[in-house]
Amino acid sequence: MAEALLSVQGLRKHYGGLAVTNDVSLEVLPGEIHALIGPNGAGKTTLIHQITGTVAPDAGRVVFAGADVTRFSLPRRVHAGLARSFQITSIIAGFSVLENVALAAQGKSGSSFRFFRAAAGEEALNEAARNALAEVGLADRAAIIAGALSHGEKRALEIAIALATQPRLLLLDEPLAGAGPEETEKLITLLRRLKSRYAILLVEHDMQAVFALADRISVLAEGRIIASGSTAEIRASAEVRAAYLGEEEVPC
Amino acid sequence: MPRLRLDVVLTLLVLAALALAPLLGFGANHYLTLFARIMILAAAAVSLSFLVGGAGLASLGHAAAMGVGAYAVAILDAHRLTDITIVLPVAIAAAALFSLLTGAIAIRTEGVNFIMITLAFGQMAFFTASSLAAYGGDDGYTLYDRTGIFGSRLMENRLFFHYLCLGFLIFCWGICAMLLASRFGRVLRAARENPLRAQAVGFAPYPYRLLAYVIAGTLAGLAGVLFANATEFVAPAYMSWQRSGELIFMVILGGLGRLSGAILGAVLFVLLETWLPSLTTHWKMIFGPLLILAVLFMRGGLIGFLGARRG
Repeated sequence: MAEALLSVQGLRKHYGGLAVTNDVSLEVLPGEIHALIGPNGAGKTTLIHQITGTVAPDAGRVVFAGADVTRFSLPRRVHAGLARSFQITSIIAGFSVLENVALAAQGKSGSSFRFFRAAAGEEALNEAARNALAEVGLADRAAIIAGALSHGEKRALEIAIALATQPRLLLLDEPLAGAGPEETEKLITLLRRLKSRYAILLVEHDMQAVFALADRISVLAEGRIIASGSTAEIRASAEVRAAYLGEEEVPC
Repeated sequence: MPRLRLDVVLTLLVLAALALAPLLGFGANHYLTLFARIMILAAAAVSLSFLVGGAGLASLGHAAAMGVGAYAVAILDAHRLTDITIVLPVAIAAAALFSLLTGAIAIRTEGVNFIMITLAFGQMAFFTASSLAAYGGDDGYTLYDRTGIFGSRLMENRLFFHYLCLGFLIFCWGICAMLLASRFGRVLRAARENPLRAQAVGFAPYPYRLLAYVIAGTLAGLAGVLFANATEFVAPAYMSWQRSGELIFMVILGGLGRLSGAILGAVLFVLLETWLPSLTTHWKMIFGPLLILAVLFMRGGLIGFLGARRG
């Protein structure tokens, strides 16, 4: 087995008496899509925050590309190659589509303490940005203000921004949230294409999409990983059904 | 790029008018005094606009940095050190250091807390200045000499001083515009609009914001040097929160989103402040409500107003 690119080991996070993350371990291998699913309130968001560096865990480690990044800030993890998209679209609405992505490319291209040259005129950044936009099918929307994009286009822009940071792993937090059926179809095609080049940790509610894309699935419920395995194994798991269908399904 | 914008055209016209004014019969001392006040405050307002509109840091202590520059002139003057070769480096260093120390703390906070903490630092500077008995204390300090330029007394030449102020204003506008367009400025603008997004593409906003704060403070300090020379007098009031508030007001009056707004706002503010007292001694009764009405009905300031009328 190849060495894991991302390895989460024994992560714990308590809020008061509530164990939101309870001894979670999971791995993402290079080139695979590992999907993380779980009912609402399972602790997915808190787990993502700990992996990306916006919430510090109480215990456990996050190892990325062989380095312990548990104490790294969000920007430092991005530099290490861990990019994320947001569940709720997070773009810079007042920037053009191109500038949103060029900003991300700028982070990977030398110092940003440069003061004299207009950033908009840096062809290397614009070129990198255009490539990322072409990847997600937004090439012809580069010049417009990002706030004017449709919802589905904004979801695609999020992914282009993540790609422009030249990541090794993409952490996609519900990339399909709020997208219509047609947009969903496009995004799934896009993710399938990205899979060959990036490891992806996919958090998603759309089960059809998850089963279509994932190589491996982990199921989070009440802060614990209750099942982890191939799509077939997860489909067959009684424990997973119980977690999704609720207490009343548990036999008396 | 968009067409040449109306606000830029208007600002260029204002600058051209200021450049030509002494040649067109506005060369009398009282005009030049007024113009100097306009240009110096406009320069300080531009540096504040860079900070507020560009970096999203609404400082209510910007006058303090300006005052630090002015006091550098006064304190050196008291020790008979008036040449630019000493005054300028000391004033720049003092304003930069003041901004660095206060900014390092203030920028750890956000929103209203940032406003309050910059206000507090401004008042600390104000009371410190008031307690400097050797340099006039509460009463302020009258300069013996304007700053000399390599031994010459060029600053006393009213025309030279006029164009020096104009040059400084254009310099401030140019440098702030350049910074906002640069990589550095792009990070600042991104962090203003969406700090989380900026972090998620690898930029921790703090060092960028701190540097912006120091740059703006240093420009304000330089404006303070000119202001001390213009009035040949320095007082704690230069640092008061009222002065900081006036600068903020100029920025908002002109239009927060554009640097040129600060120039137009400063021109309008100082002209009103000068003209209204000639109508009535109770001019502040008119000035205050006028400013409130301006904010209420001119969303986006003068620039927004002009844009709306046009579009």
